[in-house]
Amino acid sequence: MEVPISTAELLTTDGIPLKQSLKKAERKNKLRAFLLVFPLLLFIIVTFVMPIGDMLLRSVDDAQINTVFPNTFEEYKKWDKEKDELPPEEVYKALFLELAYGDKIQVGRALTRMNYSKSGWKSLIKTTSRAIKKVVRKEEFPDSYKDFLIETNENWANPTFWYAMGQMVNATTPIYYFNAIDMTYDENQNVIRQEENRRVYVQTWLKTLKVSVYVTFFCLVLGFPVAHLLANLPLRYSNLLMIFVLLPFWTSLLVRTTAWIVMLQQQGVINGILVWLGILNDDGRLSMVYNETGTLIAMTQILLPFMILPLYSVMRVIPKSHMRAAQNLGAKPATAFWKVYLPQTIPGMSAGGLLVFVLAIGYFITPELVGGKDGKLIGSWIAYHLKTTLNWGLCAALGAILLGVMLVFYWLYNKIVGIDNIKLG
Amino acid sequence: MNSGIEKTFVKFEKIDKSYDGEVLVVKNLNLDIAKGEFVTMLGPSGSGKTTTLMMLAGFETPTNGEIYLDGMPISKIPPYEREIGMVFQNYALFPHMTVQENLAFPLEVRKISKAETKEKVQKALDMVELGEFGTRFPAQLSGGQQQRVALARALVFEPRLVLMDEPLGALDKNLREQMQYEIKHIHDRIGITVVYVTHDQSEALTMSNRIAVFNDGVVQQLSTPDILYEKPENSFVAQFIGENNRMIGTIKSMENNYCSVELENGAGSVKALKVNVGNVGEKTQLSVRPERVSLGSEGNGENVFTGKVEELIYLGDHIRVRLDVCGNNEFIVKVPNEGSFDYNEGDSIKLNWNPNDIRALDLPN
Repeated sequence: MEVPISTAELLTTDGIPLKQSLKKAERKNKLRAFLLVFPLLLFIIVTFVMPIGDMLLRSVDDAQINTVFPNTFEEYKKWDKEKDELPPEEVYKALFLELAYGDKIQVGRALTRMNYSKSGWKSLIKTTSRAIKKVVRKEEFPDSYKDFLIETNENWANPTFWYAMGQMVNATTPIYYFNAIDMTYDENQNVIRQEENRRVYVQTWLKTLKVSVYVTFFCLVLGFPVAHLLANLPLRYSNLLMIFVLLPFWTSLLVRTTAWIVMLQQQGVINGILVWLGILNDDGRLSMVYNETGTLIAMTQILLPFMILPLYSVMRVIPKSHMRAAQNLGAKPATAFWKVYLPQTIPGMSAGGLLVFVLAIGYFITPELVGGKDGKLIGSWIAYHLKTTLNWGLCAALGAILLGVMLVFYWLYNKIVGIDNIKLG
Repeated sequence: MNSGIEKTFVKFEKIDKSYDGEVLVVKNLNLDIAKGEFVTMLGPSGSGKTTTLMMLAGFETPTNGEIYLDGMPISKIPPYEREIGMVFQNYALFPHMTVQENLAFPLEVRKISKAETKEKVQKALDMVELGEFGTRFPAQLSGGQQQRVALARALVFEPRLVLMDEPLGALDKNLREQMQYEIKHIHDRIGITVVYVTHDQSEALTMSNRIAVFNDGVVQQLSTPDILYEKPENSFVAQFIGENNRMIGTIKSMENNYCSVELENGAGSVKALKVNVGNVGEKTQLSVRPERVSLGSEGNGENVFTGKVEELIYLGDHIRVRLDVCGNNEFIVKVPNEGSFDYNEGDSIKLNWNPNDIRALDLPN
């Protein structure tokens, strides 16, 4: 007899649809699992997603100045630049009133922002404000605000200031990104390159990439044999070696960097030894610190463990019999290494490489201390604008570009090696 | 037995091996293996058998002595020039290469042409019945399939000799037995010399032409499976291969091939075959296989004893009876299940065995 195969929904013994029953049975577990990860999720949102989102917003945000000069900007948009050389009377009037009755602190903040788009704004507004205050006190409002302002400061008749204001009218601005790659607006609001002596970022970006690639490469070259030793020595020795690898982790980054200064400087340990051995002349001492060389040496040493550890964890599980098998099958030791051992370490090399590269590209303290003028990386500029110029918009734009570069490399890596090939242990 | 066995092909001569200069792992090993022979090194772990294999493969250096392959000393030849195939314990298949690439590896390093390589690889895969699996990666194969790939890889470059280091250790029991026959058949078909290492005695008995039983770095006995089982030369071999009942006693007298042994605790006197004993008055261990003991007082009237049934274990084709005989309550007798067995635990039972089946051996250390 043929058993009819039912195409209908499967039912449980009690006649409830199987899927529904399963869902019900699983619901409690799912809820429990969600509650278990919820604190972590919250933590990630608060400490990771939100700050990055905030940074990305800040990099294009230009809303603050809009709250200070809302009417001025409203009127500004009506100005037909083709027809009139200067804005109409309404713009001058709105600006006059908003400077006269605006909140002092808000205006002060806006000034900083205005100065990014054109230097000179700060003094112009300040002198104007003083004149306006006088008028307001005496309640002698002028007939023509335009004439009054131009009389106060002739820059109000200079269209370039008015053009520069155009950059700030919208609530979002790409200016920070342009600045981050040495671009700016000219007087007619076209995007142009910065003047030659003000170009700093593009070359710093290129240097950051170069240093990161070199550091990654040096770490790989130096870390591979160490990881190999770690994975193959008897436990007694490999434990000791592991302590040496990890020792730097237990020492402050500042101390290690300073130690490198002591080692590398012109009157330092290495130069001293070389001179003492007669390899160098006393006046031919190498300059290895406060330049790019110093940055490279110190960063390689500091980031080396991040290469060794993933490599080690991958090498440790490669059976020793593989090298033996390869030789038994007729491969010379070098061939066996190249064809059998090395390909199996790719997950470790890529994990270590990506880790070191990502850390290197955003590195700050070490290049700042040993890099001198020549060895500074993009991280130093971010810190500079964050602490000194308070140009947080530019900071955010630099940070966002950094994030973008990393994502591009990650994407490239995934294309070439495959992200499932990564192995940290 | 294989008819191709004529002259010595592999020769171990006075081989000693020590790792630390204090303990000898292999002591004065002398072993001749003929061409086409399947020789198994059998022994407990730490007995020196794997070390011996590794010295033959070239991964360990003998501390003393020389190994000859086809008449040539090979101690100075590096492993990659020895032309010896090897199946490793955990197969050592290269995980980043497909099955085909794994098999092609030994051919590629020998600069064999692409076309020939392809043909040989396919032939080797067909031999182990994995012709369809060439493009898979080792991780996508079952344990048994991986084992076959390892075997094919060890054979594909037509080595002079194949070594196998516990190749079936990781497989489950059924698969292991199946692979034993398969390896044996491949050996019969292509007639290659095989040196096989295992600690599993049934594996050794199934597959080998000859077995070398290792213990403590020394070959205890080297002979064919049947002789090894039926005529063990010392107490270690008797104990390690198969099951046996042991009794300890003192030699009272010797006469031709036999000796008379007074058991401990005054449990009686046994007439046994004189195999490996000292002089009258010295102690000896007697060994008799459980299947060579018969119940009842028939036989030729020698070595008749009475025992008490301690335990009965029903095993289908036979019944395992544990008895208390001559003060030994671990005495096992295998009774074929002929339907007439009607003893119960606690019963007294007569039993006897032929003096030719009980061997007087040395005392174990």
